[in-house]
Formats: sequence, structure tokens, C-alpha cells
Amino acid sequence: MQNLQLLLQAPVFNIQLLLDGMFIGAVFALAALGMALVWGVMNIINVSQGEFVMLGGFIALMVAEAGFSPLLGIPLAALVLFALGWGLYKGVIWRIVEADMFTSLLATFGISIMLQQLMNEVFGADVRTAESGLGVWFLFDGMVTVTQIKVLAFILSFVIGLALWLFLKNARLGQAIRATAQNARAARILGIDTDKVYAATYAINAALCGAAGALVVMAWSIHPYMGLPYTLRSFMIVIVAGLGNLAAVISAGLGLGMAEQFAGFILGAEFQLAFVFLLLVAVLVGRQIALARKRQYLK
Amino acid sequence: MNRKMAQLLALAALFGIGLLGPWLAPSYISQFAQLWLFIVLALSWDIMGGQTGYNSFGNIIFFGIGMYVSAVAQVGLVWPVAEYTAAKGGGTEFVFNADQIHAGLALGIPLGGLVAMLAAIVLGALLLGMRGHYFAIATLGLAVATAELAAGWDYIGAGSGMVTPTLPGDMNGPVLFYYLSLGLAIVTILVFAWVYSTRFRLAINAIRDDEDKAEALGHHTTRNKMTAWAISALFTGMAGAIYGNLSGFIDPHDIAFNAEIGVWMILMAILGGKGTLWGPIIGAIVFFISKELFWTYLLGWQRVALGLLIVIIVVFFPEGIMGWVRERWPHLFAPPHLDDEEDDETPAGADEDKEAAHA
Amino acid sequence: MREKRDWQVQDRPLLEVKNLTKRFGGVVANHNVSLFVERGTIVGLIGPNGSGKTTLFNCIVGQYPIDEGEIWFEGEEISRYRTAHIARMGLMRTFQQTRIFGKMTCVENMLVSMSERRRRLTDLFTPGSRADRARALDLLQFVGLYSKRHHLAGSLSFGQQKLLEFAMALMSEPEMLLLDEPTAGINPTLINGLVDRLRRANAELGITLLVIEHNMRVIMNLAEYIYCLAHGEMLASGPPEEIRNDQRVIDAYLGAT
Ligand SMILES: Nc1ncnc2c1ncn2[C@@H]1O[C@H](COP(=O)(O)OP(=O)(O)O)[C@@H](O)[C@H]1O
Ligand SMILES: [Mg+2]
Repeated sequence: MQNLQLLLQAPVFNIQLLLDGMFIGAVFALAALGMALVWGVMNIINVSQGEFVMLGGFIALMVAEAGFSPLLGIPLAALVLFALGWGLYKGVIWRIVEADMFTSLLATFGISIMLQQLMNEVFGADVRTAESGLGVWFLFDGMVTVTQIKVLAFILSFVIGLALWLFLKNARLGQAIRATAQNARAARILGIDTDKVYAATYAINAALCGAAGALVVMAWSIHPYMGLPYTLRSFMIVIVAGLGNLAAVISAGLGLGMAEQFAGFILGAEFQLAFVFLLLVAVLVGRQIALARKRQYLK
Repeated sequence: MNRKMAQLLALAALFGIGLLGPWLAPSYISQFAQLWLFIVLALSWDIMGGQTGYNSFGNIIFFGIGMYVSAVAQVGLVWPVAEYTAAKGGGTEFVFNADQIHAGLALGIPLGGLVAMLAAIVLGALLLGMRGHYFAIATLGLAVATAELAAGWDYIGAGSGMVTPTLPGDMNGPVLFYYLSLGLAIVTILVFAWVYSTRFRLAINAIRDDEDKAEALGHHTTRNKMTAWAISALFTGMAGAIYGNLSGFIDPHDIAFNAEIGVWMILMAILGGKGTLWGPIIGAIVFFISKELFWTYLLGWQRVALGLLIVIIVVFFPEGIMGWVRERWPHLFAPPHLDDEEDDETPAGADEDKEAAHA
Repeated sequence: MREKRDWQVQDRPLLEVKNLTKRFGGVVANHNVSLFVERGTIVGLIGPNGSGKTTLFNCIVGQYPIDEGEIWFEGEEISRYRTAHIARMGLMRTFQQTRIFGKMTCVENMLVSMSERRRRLTDLFTPGSRADRARALDLLQFVGLYSKRHHLAGSLSFGQQKLLEFAMALMSEPEMLLLDEPTAGINPTLINGLVDRLRRANAELGITLLVIEHNMRVIMNLAEYIYCLAHGEMLASGPPEEIRNDQRVIDAYLGAT
């Protein structure tokens, strides 16, 4: 609670927290967009979302360790994850698209455990980060530091989100995805290959997460067990923002990022994760109370 | 009444093996004790996941709560808890005699169960107004949050954990904990068999099969879900209490709120067959034996295998072993007939309903 | 038209809907709908497909929030209560798409439908008393499903499932039942038997009925008063002979409006 006083006495710290929250929040929003896409189109809550982010991070890390700029890792991570997403769909996910939601919840949970442990075996459990090679800006007489890679992560998240939106709106495949989301059976009757649409949707989601992960490893850090919090953040953002609203997803992502920064600063970093999870419960309970007034349930 | 006899026989055989276990395989006594506890965990998970249709990723919370509450009670009966945990249990001055151990267990195990049950009621009041997958994910978040909170609480040893009371040299710990585990398993199986013979099973199955219809019938669905979860937590908490003593050391992440055990609970129930009395029991036995056999050979990759196992079971065998048995021998699962006495109450003219047969 | 009585507690109708409006986005499913049902009567609700009958039922029993208006049942305003609460007050409905528990036997379906009104949690932890079981069997007998009592409900034909759902509703001892197209999908030769059972439920068990029905012959025969909805609005109401000859009703059904 001492830190709370610090915030009141030195308002410039608030700016630091707000900025950091915004930057990381944009990355949360990116992963959440992917989750909303898969949830809306395939009716699957993808629990391995956070592991896709983690994998993206490790790919960018490998790129950096091979001597290239880790910035190159962003498209590469997206590409590799796209392929992995496609493969996972063809191997497992297609069998559970029509199953009840808990089946897909558990199956993707199984995938997430597998990926966690695999990365743990390959890279070890240490916290890792990749040097982007970009510089730092100092604001307010050096009281506020802004690393340029965070700003880049922020901007790129927006650009990717926008590109996704344009793709869904204009591209043929994008339109097919939207049609399938609205009514898969009708889409099939109209001659849309929904199996391919599902595969593409799942792969695009993985690619979004991969790009997000590459940004995370440069601007922040990664480790094999970072996934679950990312999954739950995406989930939380999607329930707050709804499935079909890009602007809402982004604002919810930014809001969560900032709330988390403040909570971590005030309560102590060791309670930041607990805060995220308890916030999720609070959000769910809040939604539930609001719906009860409308004679509805959270379902 | 064939079926009832078969069930009784199977139960008797299970308990017989249980009682003789320590003589049959004395060197595996701790593993067998774990197996009994795993049966309790699987059965307890299934009353929510299988019978009520609310899949909880958070039952590990009750396991951990039961474990910590029991340990704190056991220690607290004799020594100041804060000093005990501050000494990391290593301090030689904290000794317990046999009477203190017995009293501690007699208090700690039921208390662990009761506090876990209380936690289920509080969490249930918050979460059980929502439907299926929202509940599942909320419990997933809560499980991790609880582990983080426990790891930050100094009174119970924070991140470095807590040692359960060390038994005096003349006590046979493994045998004591084995029979406690066996006893808990027997009580759990009997209690669940009884619960499933009442209308409560119908009420929670109704929630699983069609919750809107259950509401339309005026059921107190949230209350019934909370009750099911509370029963689940009671036994999970007691299992946790014994498990903590069995392992001798409680670590917030690796033992008490071990996410892996949280997953095993689900896996055992699904493997054996959700929504049946015998499914989770069989699932626990099969899972435990294969785990013990194969884990040793997989060296570090066992968790990867666990993930793979989940995917395979969920995708390819969602009905579990009992589902497979049901397919092969459907007559074993013919709808249960009511007591014979019922036929005395046959309403007059029972044959007049032929017309409906054509409806 | 039936004159509405003075606003006296004893004389209040059992169910009264006042100026109810329900929208789905832009679609106005019910607009300014009012109706009332006296205790002990059988009242019909008719109207072409899509005229908002099922929506009205859903609003009454607490499935949907309403946008405007009031719903009174037994002297209480219930438009903010949820389904289970309203059901425990004694106002129940059956579904147009029949809903029974397919994995349970008929008897189990009956036992799970016992009224929760005056019962406590501990009452659930019994197998059901002899009297309850006897009543379950009596009611199965009443709807003609006694011989199927140990069959899984999911294995019954659609018509039988409708009968089972009706028996389940009776098992829960309602004051009033809202029935959504009880004869739809039932073998025409059995409809008379069903109508007879509805009447007996009303006369012998004292259950007030509000029935949505498409079969004109049935509803004219059964109901003592009929409301007709069209395009979400109350088009006409009156005793059967009046409705039968009402030109607006005839037009609505012929699609002339
Ligand atoms: N859940 C809903 N969401 C949107 N529109 C609905 C919903 N339920 C009903 N409607 C619309 O309300 C109107 C009335 O439907 P309904 O009450 O089912 O008619 P009826 O039972 O008289 O055939 C229809 O136009 C229908 O499309
Ligand atoms: Mg209708």
C-alpha cells in the first residue's frame, strides 16, 4: 500500500503505468481477437491460446539466437504458427468442432499441457527475452521510460487487428468465414467448404497468437508456463467485449493491461497474476448479475 | 435384482483386496494408499462433472484447502503454527507423541473436509448461477489464483511450504495412512451409492440433461448444484488432508494445488465413464496402475504424455470404459426397475393405455 | 366481451397480462397485449404462425424480459421473476418442442417433476415416498403411458413424449398450466382422448388452463373463452361461437390482412 501513496505523490508514475498497460494491453487484445474468431466461428474456446503465444515467442527467440534480427521473427512466428494451427486442426480439432463445448475445452487444454511441457523439455523453464536492438525514449526528465519495441508492439498489434478486420470484411475467405459463423449449415448448402473455413480460422488464430508472442519476447519476456494467464486474459476480454466487436475487444484489452499494471504496482508483482484471475471471476459474477435482471443466464 | 448383487459383490471384492493390501504387497503400501485417495477424488469430481454436467477445473482447490487446514489443525493442537512454519518444520523442538498425532488426525481430516465444503458453498454461490463452460473457465482461473495466494501467505509457510507433523519413531505411518485412505474410500463409495439412489441424482441429472427444463419445473437449480459441489468438496478436502500427511510435506504448487492432480481427477472420471458410480472407480484404478507402470519409463516426458492422453481420451473415448461396456453388454444397463411391491399398486385397468402406445 | 370485474383481491383473475410489449431488436413480437384468465377456467389462445403466441408464453413464465407492461399471477406482479420462481408459484408451461429427460425412464421423469414448492433440500435425499410413486404411476396411467413406465423417455414416440410432458406438468401440482400446442404431432385418432384429459385435469384437479392451439375444432370445443393474436397484437377475444364468426379472425387465418 506504500506504493499507492507513491502514486498519489508522484503522478508521473501513473503515466508510466498507463503507458506500460496500454502497450501490453494491445498484445492481449491481439490474442483475444483470435480467441473471439475461433469461438464465434467454430464454437470452441481454445485453451491453448496462451501456448500459441508462447510458441511464437520461442520462435522469435530462435531467430534472434541464430543471429538475425528478432523483428524477422514476427512474420516467421505467424507463418509457423499458421502451419501448426492448420496441422492441429487436421489432426485433432476437426473431430471436436461439432462436439459439446466441454470436449473442446478439455481437448485444447490437453494440447496446451503438451506444448508447455514440450517447450519446457526443449528450452528449459527459464524466463527468456530477445533483444530487439531498438532504443529507449526518456520522457518527463527521465522519470518515464518508453522502450521503442513496446511502442512498435502497440502499433503492430493495431495494424494486425485492422488487417484482420479488412480481411474478414473484403476477402473471399473472410466472407466465407463470416457466413460460416452466422450459420454453418446454410453456408454448406451455399457450397462453402466449411471444413476448410474452420481450418483457416484456427490457423489464422494461431498466427495472430504467434505474432503476439514474437512481440512479447522482445518487449517483455516469455517462459514455458506463461500460457494459461494469456488464455484467461483473452477469455476475459472476449466476455467483456463480445464476439463481434473489434473496437470493444481493443478497448477491453487496453483496459485490462492498465488495470493489471496498477494492481501489480500497488499489490506487489507476486499478486499480479492472482489479481488477473480474481478479476476474471469478478467479471463473470458481474455479467451474471446484469443478466439476471434481464431474466437471462450467462451461457 | 441381479444387478444389485453384482454391485455388492464387486464392492465386497474391492474392500477385501483393500483390507488385505498391506499383506499382499507391503512395499507398495503408499502407492495403494494413493490409489484409494484417487478413487475418492475421481468420484467426487464426477458428481459435478458427470452427474450434474458442470465440469470443474477447480476441485484441486478443495484438495489443497483440506490439506492445509488439516495440517494447520494438527500442528495447532500442539504448537504455535506461525513459529512452526517459520522454522520450516526443520526445527527439532517440534515433536509430536502418538496421542497428539491421533488427536490431530481425528480433528484435522474432518475439519479439512468441512472447510473445503464451506469454500465450495461460497464459490458456488458466486459461480453456479452461470452455465457450463463459463463455470469451467472460472474454476480454472480460481485454481491458479488460490495456488498463488497460498504461495504468498507466510502463516502456512508461503512458497516454501509446510511439513506435516512428524510421527514418533514407534508409529507405523504408512500403515496408519493406508487404512485412513481405505476407510475414506469405503465411506465415499457408500455415501455416493446412497446419494445416487435418491431423487437428488434425478435432480442433478435433470440439470445436466436440460437445465432450462429443470428450471421450468421449478427446481432450485443453483441450490442443487451448490449441494452437489459441496458434497464433492467435502470428500475431496478429506482426501487432501490424508494426502498431505501421506506425502509428509505440503508445497503450494507441487502438492496442495498441483494443477496436474487437478487434471487427473477429470481424466480418471472420463476414462472410466462419466456419470456412473463405477466409472470413476474403474477409471481411477486403470489410470493409477498405468501411471505407475509407465511414468517411470517416460522420464521427464510424462507430462507431454499426460497432455496427449487427455486429447486421445477426450476425442476418441469420451464415453470411457463404462461406455464401452454398455455398448458390448447393454442388458447390464437396462433401465432399473422399481421395487417389486410397486406392482401391488398397479392402478386398476392398467391395460387401457394401449391407445397411447400408438401415439 | 367479458366485463372485467372490480379491482378486488378476491375477484382478481388468476392470471392477468396488462399492455405487454415484447421486442426482439426491431421485431415487435407482442404489442400492447392484454388478457386475463379466471381461476378454474380453460382459455384458448389462437393466432396464425408467427403471431407471437409462444413469445407471450415465454414472457409470462419468465423466459424473456418484457419491454413494457405488467403480468399479475395470484395477486403478485411477476414480470421480473425468473422461470423457476414462477414455476414454484404454481404457474407452469409445456414446450411446443416437447422437452422431457430422454435418458431417464418415464417414472424417473415423473419423480423429478414433483413439486418443489413446499419441499426442502433434504426431501431430495429420499428415493421418493410410496405415495409419490403411486401418484406418478396414477398419472402415467391417466395419460395412458403406464405400460411404458420403465422405458427410457427418449425411446417414446413424439406423441407419447407430449403426453409424458403433460403428465410431468400435472405431477408438479400447478395452479395453472400454459400448454403450447398440446395436440400438434399427435395421432388425430387420439386427439379426442387428449382433449378429454385436459378437461378432466381442469375439472378434477382444478388446474386452470391457457392453451395455444391450432386445431380450431379442438379449441372451440375445449375453451370457454378465446383470445386471438395476429402480428403480435390482440385481434379479438370472446366466447368460441363469437370468435368462430369474427370476420377479422377468419381473415387473419386466411392471410387476407
Ligand atoms: N428468440 C427470438 N429472437 C428473435 N425473434 C424471435 C424470437 N422468438 C420469436 N421471435 C419472433 O417473434 C415472432 C413471434 O414468434 P412466435 O412467438 O414463435 O409465434 P407463434 O408461436 O405465434 O407461432 C416471430 O416473428 C419470430 O420470428
Ligand atoms: Mg409457437
